[in-house]
Amino acid sequence: MSAVLEVNGLKTHFFTRAGVVKAVDGVDFSVSSGEIMGLVGESGSGKSITGFSILGLIDSPGRIVEGSVKFDGTEIADAREEALKQLRGNRIAMIFQDPMMTLNPVLRIDTQMIEAILAHEKIDRATARERCRDALGLVGIPSPEERLNAYPHQLSGGMRQRVAIAIAFLNRPRLIIADEPTTALDVTIQAQIIHEAQKLTRQTGTAMIWITHDLAVVAGLADRISVMYAGRIVEQGETDDVIDRPRHPYTVGLLGSVPSANKRGQRLYQIEGMTPNMLALPQGCAFAPRCTRASDECKTAPPIQKSGGSRIRCFHPFGEGGRA
Amino acid sequence: MSTFIIRRLLQAILVMALMSVIVFFGVNVIGDPVHMLVSPEADQAEIEAAIRRLGLDKPIWEQYLLFVKNAMQGDLGKSFIFGEPALKLIFHHMPATLELAFSALFLAVLIGIPLGLFAGLNPDSPISKGIMAGSIFGFSLPTFWVGLMLILVFSVELGWLPSTGRGETRSVLGFETSLATVDGLKHIILPALNLALLKISLAVRLTRAGVREAMGQDYVKFARAKGLSTNRIIFVHVLKNIMIPVVTVMGLELGSLIGFSVVTEKIFAWPGMGKLLIDAILQLDRPVVVAYLMIIVVFFVLINMIVDILYSILDPRVRLQDQGA
Ligand SMILES: Nc1ncnc2c1ncn2[C@@H]1O[C@H](COP(=O)(O)OP(=O)(O)O)[C@@H](O)[C@H]1O
Ligand code: SF4
Ligand SMILES: [Mg+2]
Repeated sequence: MSAVLEVNGLKTHFFTRAGVVKAVDGVDFSVSSGEIMGLVGESGSGKSITGFSILGLIDSPGRIVEGSVKFDGTEIADAREEALKQLRGNRIAMIFQDPMMTLNPVLRIDTQMIEAILAHEKIDRATARERCRDALGLVGIPSPEERLNAYPHQLSGGMRQRVAIAIAFLNRPRLIIADEPTTALDVTIQAQIIHEAQKLTRQTGTAMIWITHDLAVVAGLADRISVMYAGRIVEQGETDDVIDRPRHPYTVGLLGSVPSANKRGQRLYQIEGMTPNMLALPQGCAFAPRCTRASDECKTAPPIQKSGGSRIRCFHPFGEGGRA
Repeated sequence: MSTFIIRRLLQAILVMALMSVIVFFGVNVIGDPVHMLVSPEADQAEIEAAIRRLGLDKPIWEQYLLFVKNAMQGDLGKSFIFGEPALKLIFHHMPATLELAFSALFLAVLIGIPLGLFAGLNPDSPISKGIMAGSIFGFSLPTFWVGLMLILVFSVELGWLPSTGRGETRSVLGFETSLATVDGLKHIILPALNLALLKISLAVRLTRAGVREAMGQDYVKFARAKGLSTNRIIFVHVLKNIMIPVVTVMGLELGSLIGFSVVTEKIFAWPGMGKLLIDAILQLDRPVVVAYLMIIVVFFVLINMIVDILYSILDPRVRLQDQGA
């Protein structure tokens, strides 16, 4: 499998009046075609900003200050806006969190789908419309022809998210960044959507980055998982390894707060302490104030430890067996 | 839809009835029109004849009942001063006011929306800051002062534009209008600009706020993620959304443009309804005042209705039946 996307040392900072927010601070990962990578972390850890950085959609006061984003071997971190426009929605597509907000309320579904094709291809509207209808059918929307004429408010949240997914797949992209696409939906719909998305990715060989704060969601979906904390990836590896043998204290904490991972009757574990203040991160390991294993050493930046396919950013990781 | 219209008409009738009571008795409290009408040297007999001629000898409630009875037949009484039917007088002056109000609205939209769009898209540019500062002046400077300044600069100092009257008019579809002749157009520029100033500021602020809000919405970010061109995002995705509040508010402002053209008409000697009203008030010409205000009520109701319909066309989420009164 060849890497569709390679991100190396990516840093995206926001230069606000209150100070510099290092939303993404040295992130590395890669995704290959047909592969689903789960990007997991608490809210505010920099997942969305990572996604937007790849698409070049960072607005001031933010910007990519360092690092490389290689798409199909081409560097795009410093690409010009025109070049990025040709990639967006065409070679790299994105799905957003809240389906109630992502579709324009005053434009019909067909308008919003057809424009996505016509922005990248010179074909006639009728052909484009046909392709939109097929795309709606593909994501499991009943009577797609009627839905094309509908306005967003006439569709349920689940239907709208399917429309957004259909739009993402419209131009057969090489990579899809799905930013918490099921977080706003109820559990049954969530399961259906995950199923559809997984099926489509496998069928089309699209690479996918699935962003979520919920490890349980990616446990059954992703091939690999990257766990993000305060702008950095703290643990990365095959899904089975990360879920069954987590090594970073933060990952262990996250897993402890997933209901299914707990024994029945046992209290749900919560990671102690507050999510970090991005304007005043502690020196060294950002997780230290909440970490049960923290030592003096942790006041300096922890090195990346590699073992097998995994990478952990910690001085005192749990052992290979899951517990030290 | 039809229940919607019927409800609006009933509302209009109710407001008109209330209005007529207030104005009818109100004017009566202010003063006695007879003193305005008969010459100071008139003797008692002459005065009494005038009072009887105007129907002012009857008790005020009886005068009102008579007024209501006639109003049902479309007769709002004769002007005390001109002896002509009040409605006829008002309709005669109406085209001048309407063309002024519509010209002002047109200017407000034509100037205000592009400026607001620019300021909303480039919030940090010095030009935008200039536009916003200008709009504060537009809001706070009194109309009569601006009018006088316009005259001073463009008529007196530069001598570019005339400052009084409608100029040459031509009949279009049965209405006399200044908009059809070059001389007329020259005459309408200053008063229309004066009347529009406040609304330009309003359009700038509304548009800017709308653009700023829309640009931060997920649907704009999603549109960008689709790789759409900037023009398509601004002129289709953003503009279509902000048109909803802009059309609604500016449409409703048309009513106030018609109602408040009074000051501008006075300054520029524009022969419209506003000037007629001022004169009528000064002379306690009750039938004209009452008729004018009732016409204005009709305008407001009509405009409200049209704006509601436009609103439901622009915003697919709104259906007229769903709206409360
Ligand atoms: N426009 C902005 N200005 C300043 N800080 C921002 C901006 N956008 C995002 N951030 C900060 O970047 C961090 C990461 O945000 P985000 O990537 O949205 O987190 P999440 O992991 O929940 O998707 C947050 O701490 C947020 O406060
Ligand atoms: S580096 Fe230290 S503080 Fe950070 S997670 Fe590891 S043990 Fe905890
Ligand atoms: Mg997010």
